[in-house]
Amino acid sequence: MKAFFDSDIWWSFRSSPVTVISAIVAAVCVFGAMLASVIAPHNPFDLASLQLMDAFKPPSWEAEGDPVYVLGTDDQGRDMLSAIMYGARVSLMVGFCAVVFSTVVGVTVGLVAGYMGGKVDSLLMRIADIQLTFPSILVALLVDGVVRAAVPREVHDQIALFVVIFAIGVSNWPQFARTVRGSTLVERNKEYVQAARVIGLSPLRIMRSHVLPNVMSPVLVIATLNLSFAILSEATLSFLGVGVPPTQPSLGTLIRIGNDFLFSGEWWIAIFPGIALIVMVLSVNLLGDWLRDALNPKLR
Amino acid sequence: MFSFIVSRILQALPVMFVVSLISFAMFAYVGDPVAIMLGQDFTEAQRAALVRDLGLDEPFFVQFAKFIGNAVQGEFGLSYRLSRPVAELIAERAPATLELALCAAFISLCVGVPMGIYTGLFRHSWLSRFLLTFSLIGVSLPTFLIGILLILVFSVWLGWLPSFGRGDVVRIGWWSSGFLTVSGLKALILPAITLGLLQLTLIMRLVRSEMMEVLRTDYIKFARARGLPNRAIYFGHALKNTLVPVITIAGLQLGSIIAFAIVTETVFQWPGMGLLFIQSVGAADIPVMAAYLMMIAAVFVTINLVVDLLYYAVDPRLRVGRGRGH
Repeated sequence: MKAFFDSDIWWSFRSSPVTVISAIVAAVCVFGAMLASVIAPHNPFDLASLQLMDAFKPPSWEAEGDPVYVLGTDDQGRDMLSAIMYGARVSLMVGFCAVVFSTVVGVTVGLVAGYMGGKVDSLLMRIADIQLTFPSILVALLVDGVVRAAVPREVHDQIALFVVIFAIGVSNWPQFARTVRGSTLVERNKEYVQAARVIGLSPLRIMRSHVLPNVMSPVLVIATLNLSFAILSEATLSFLGVGVPPTQPSLGTLIRIGNDFLFSGEWWIAIFPGIALIVMVLSVNLLGDWLRDALNPKLR
Repeated sequence: MFSFIVSRILQALPVMFVVSLISFAMFAYVGDPVAIMLGQDFTEAQRAALVRDLGLDEPFFVQFAKFIGNAVQGEFGLSYRLSRPVAELIAERAPATLELALCAAFISLCVGVPMGIYTGLFRHSWLSRFLLTFSLIGVSLPTFLIGILLILVFSVWLGWLPSFGRGDVVRIGWWSSGFLTVSGLKALILPAITLGLLQLTLIMRLVRSEMMEVLRTDYIKFARARGLPNRAIYFGHALKNTLVPVITIAGLQLGSIIAFAIVTETVFQWPGMGLLFIQSVGAADIPVMAAYLMMIAAVFVTINLVVDLLYYAVDPRLRVGRGRGH
């Protein structure tokens, strides 16, 4: 523990107030989302506690607001603050799983391509290049659409969450693959890898226990920046109505619902989930930027 | 030059091939077109006849070749959802999307490049800091949220601009244009800003960093030593050399403008191809999805090709470099 507090990383973290603040904000977001079922003032999924009388309450500081509902209520009388906390949980979980998925796929492909070289390399990288030609949101939409067409509706509602994770994950792997391949190409010719090869270790083992640990630090940076991107992608898909199922609303779903009430004056139903989304994404982005600079040996 | 063009086209072909294979596979194996077209009552003979008419009993490669042949002629069959030819649907929606995308690209270039030049030249002025902060927010804001905020402010609170649709359009042949009526132009403003904002911030940041990089080089110092006026240095020497990467990125961004048009069109209920596509995804309307995929792929491949050729035309160093076994 002491070693950590003495390290350069901790020093560069402490000396950047923006980073400290965004770390605190991100931590608050994560805890608020994870502990939603414990600390949220209401349970938006408990139909018994919902009262239509309380629908469309403005935030508590407005004239008609109710102090019980700090950020107001939506069309069904759900407390917005609780709905946002539960929604952030879905958004964060989908974003996190999607990043893990694309990291695993991307790192594996990058390692194999970089270490094996030759035809395997050019085939895998060709696929990555082709996919990179298209914006990832388009790829995610297509994957989602194809799965939607391929499985029956009842089945789809059950697996919708996994479909979204898969779609976003698939749309982002080439970035990881390219970076890892680049570093693997450098590592592969170093002496420790040659030594491992000489003593007869299998390629699989060399890749896993020798090359992999040495190519992971850029992956960490990309993964952080990708988390904010994945959260945004999920919100976009859900906003378009093809993301998470309506039974598990994410922040994007909440904004979609609120969008319908923009014209009747109930602005808070769309705006507060929107603010929550921006705060979350911005803090993760700033953390990622800091991590990139902190781990970059050129800038030290 | 000629061999360069040919080699670029040869590289583009596999992309189109893979994409058409994917969209054919969607056509052929996802969902059951026969069941959809036959409806509820049918005999086995009718079914067999339809399978033969559609050519579904032929070998894979024959079917694939036919699919490509039809696709080249713009023939993608009937939409499952609307029961109309897909080509007709897309042609009807294309003008709306193209006009929107052009306006967005225009805004992002005409505002983004000057802002980038300014922030690159006067790095420490308060306006530059303001613009940079603004661009950070622009990157973190999702497109649909920008649209919602603009609608809230300019349509709901101020009531200045319409929030959905294209307004009145004028038909010129098969093209329907919103450029020629006041309501059409008013309807265009908010969606075009929404769509252009992300690209604007990206272009601004790119021009800024390129400008700062170029200003550090020796030939700029030399130009200063020669006593050239600032204006000649900034615009005659520096800006010219920042334009190469800007062309590439702007070209590639045009592609993502078309992709993000899906989101913008949904927010503003803009009757373009993106809205058609998202409705098709929701309804699992495979023919429309396949056609849209093929078309987008063609657009992207063309943009990449044009960008490469422009690169070649703008940067003379590439012409020398290519000659030596690149």
